[in-house]
Amino acid sequence: MNNSLDKIYLDYAATTPVDERVIEAMLPYFNRQFGNPSSVHIFGQEAEAALEGGRETIARILDVSAGEIVFTGCGTESDNLALRGIALERKLRYGADRILISPVEHHAVSRTARQLADHFGFRVEFLKVDSFGIVDPDYLRRIIDRDVAIVSVIYGNNEIGSINPVEELGKICRNYDVPFHVDAVQAAAHLPMRGIGNWCDAASFGAHKFYGPKGVGALFIRKGTPILPIQTGGGQENGIRSGTQNVPYIVGMAKAFELAQTEGLKNQASLIQHRDRIISSALENIKGIYLTGHPIKRLANHASFVFEGVDGNQLLILLDAAGFACSSGSACKTGDPKPSEVLLALGISPQVALGSLRVTVGKYTTLNEVEKFVTALPLLVNKIRKLLMELKGG
Amino acid sequence: MKSEKVAIAMSGGVDSSVAAALLVEQGYQVFGVMLRLWSEPGREGSNRCCTPDSMAQARRVAAQLKIPFYAINAQDIFRQVVVEYFLDGYRSGITPNPCLLCNRFIRWDFLLRHVQTMGAEKMATGHYARLRVATNGNVKLLKGHDENKDQSYVLSVLSQEQLQHTLLPIGEYTKPQVRQLARDFGLPVAERQDSQDLCFLAGQDYREFLKRNAPDVIKPGKIITRSGQVVGEHEGLGFYTIGQRRGLGIQSTDPYYVVDKNVEENLLIVGEESDLRFVGLIAEDVNWIENTPPALCFDAEIKIRYKARLVPGIVEVKDRQIVQVQFDQPVRDVTPGQRAVFYQGEEVIGGGMIRKAIPISTQEEASS
Repeated sequence: MNNSLDKIYLDYAATTPVDERVIEAMLPYFNRQFGNPSSVHIFGQEAEAALEGGRETIARILDVSAGEIVFTGCGTESDNLALRGIALERKLRYGADRILISPVEHHAVSRTARQLADHFGFRVEFLKVDSFGIVDPDYLRRIIDRDVAIVSVIYGNNEIGSINPVEELGKICRNYDVPFHVDAVQAAAHLPMRGIGNWCDAASFGAHKFYGPKGVGALFIRKGTPILPIQTGGGQENGIRSGTQNVPYIVGMAKAFELAQTEGLKNQASLIQHRDRIISSALENIKGIYLTGHPIKRLANHASFVFEGVDGNQLLILLDAAGFACSSGSACKTGDPKPSEVLLALGISPQVALGSLRVTVGKYTTLNEVEKFVTALPLLVNKIRKLLMELKGG
Repeated sequence: MKSEKVAIAMSGGVDSSVAAALLVEQGYQVFGVMLRLWSEPGREGSNRCCTPDSMAQARRVAAQLKIPFYAINAQDIFRQVVVEYFLDGYRSGITPNPCLLCNRFIRWDFLLRHVQTMGAEKMATGHYARLRVATNGNVKLLKGHDENKDQSYVLSVLSQEQLQHTLLPIGEYTKPQVRQLARDFGLPVAERQDSQDLCFLAGQDYREFLKRNAPDVIKPGKIITRSGQVVGEHEGLGFYTIGQRRGLGIQSTDPYYVVDKNVEENLLIVGEESDLRFVGLIAEDVNWIENTPPALCFDAEIKIRYKARLVPGIVEVKDRQIVQVQFDQPVRDVTPGQRAVFYQGEEVIGGGMIRKAIPISTQEEASS
């Protein structure tokens, strides 16, 4: 009665269930073809074949060469490797010490940049975003120079769904020979990734955002891009990321990526339909609610809001009790929510930023589930506002 | 299977964990909640009601029982209501009991309303006390079965309405039985140190907390005897409690005890041990468990602080919210700010905040 089976999952941006076909693809590599890909013997050769097959699959989808794919432990690790590895190497080689990021990055990027500034002598500068959280290319043009070690911008925003003009930003960087990294962790499930090597030098992916397993990610790193290995050891992954590769998970990631970039991209229309139903219904039926992020240039599955006079954490709890699993920018399991830095960067007040909600649909979401949700949401928001009034009055 | 939805306030400790398990066993639809209370900035890790450890523990118990668990943010309201009251109490010369206020306004108002909004019909806690529905439908509050662990005193501030929506699953058991139940359920039996410290003091002396948070409370002044003789200097009235003997810094052959405070003139009044014996008290802000007093004047056993022994006396209702209590025998350390709770047998009748302790001498003056 209290378990998750009869609940409605609307948090696909947090993670996704693993596709059955992906599980199928992974299974042989746990206990049958279980070898270490670095081993000389047949067990190792079988594992290596699977590993390199996975690498080739991803390279083919991106239209890059296999040697430009590095497998990691997750999207966050990919972001860390790109930022830290490229920035440090560019500083060592050329003395480049500026890091340009947007103020709406995932913590995997923003906190890595902050550490590089605090402890490794870099200067972090923030690009300008508009009220939708979209980066202004003209501002980048104005401040970029050859002393910039790396520019990093999120492709599709995890919190507010906005899609950045990454191609334009990447081409600006290339004019200055400055490496451009995109955090494509959210975008990979919804936007075509083919040809990204034409405008970016590094791109981060995490498998569990597109129906693959947790605990595996990849970094596209364009040939010739200076990068210092962050994890050293046996020299796997071209020496860029040492450590025995997680073969079954890599196989799963490749399968999931292939599915996402083929049939997944074809299914975007139904996601958009669900998304727009949620957005228009919420804006219509609830007072004091605002869409966060861009109304059109946004991820196909992503609806995000802020509410006046609603505690976002409380709303999540109520939604969960009513059977809906959602998320918020200030989600906090310990009852100590902080307003999201991303929402503050859009100019939203801290009080309103605490009242945020993120609803993200996926390929298993049904119209019936969406209808149940849009019926329940206004009632729950009213309940919370009523409780708040009572507590203030009494 | 009962369809009734119940929220259990969890602490991660053995009592509330067993309470949760009992509710699940009884077939309720249960979900767990834990309050995130206020801590001084930088000391969040040591708040004894909601350390990260105790929250993780509660979360694990909830997972084991397969019930949802939620942390509810009560930091602002706790700061505004409980901590302010605590500081104001010391400003006005009383020794406040913030835990009772927390029960009344945070656990049974703020949290109860929250869980009701979440669909719960009742809220349960792991207190050692019992509830009984009387023939007229009223809920009576009774001592816990385990006399040593009885916590009915701290629940005496709850209204009839709040009690109607409360469950106390472990009140029927003794502490050793609860520990055994925990083992039977396969629950962790770890316990928080049974301490009287306040959660937000983070294990520190309350005087340090006052110095940091209400420096205005710390006004040095004179120590005088009842007859007006100046015998020393005090560091601030908030630093002393009624009945205190040590740490007064008075050179004297006979021991002096703190017997009273004069806030208007910032005087600490000391006397002999016999001056600490009180024949009665005036209590205000009285809460009657069944909304009204049983009679205008009734016999009762009275508890003057959480861990005090019950003493017999007479409760005389002056006004619905004000009573005067006469003890059968004089009682020591009657402390303004603490609550006096009235019992008849195992039943809690009501209780009020001690406004004034009536010393033997006053009574003699009054009767002469």
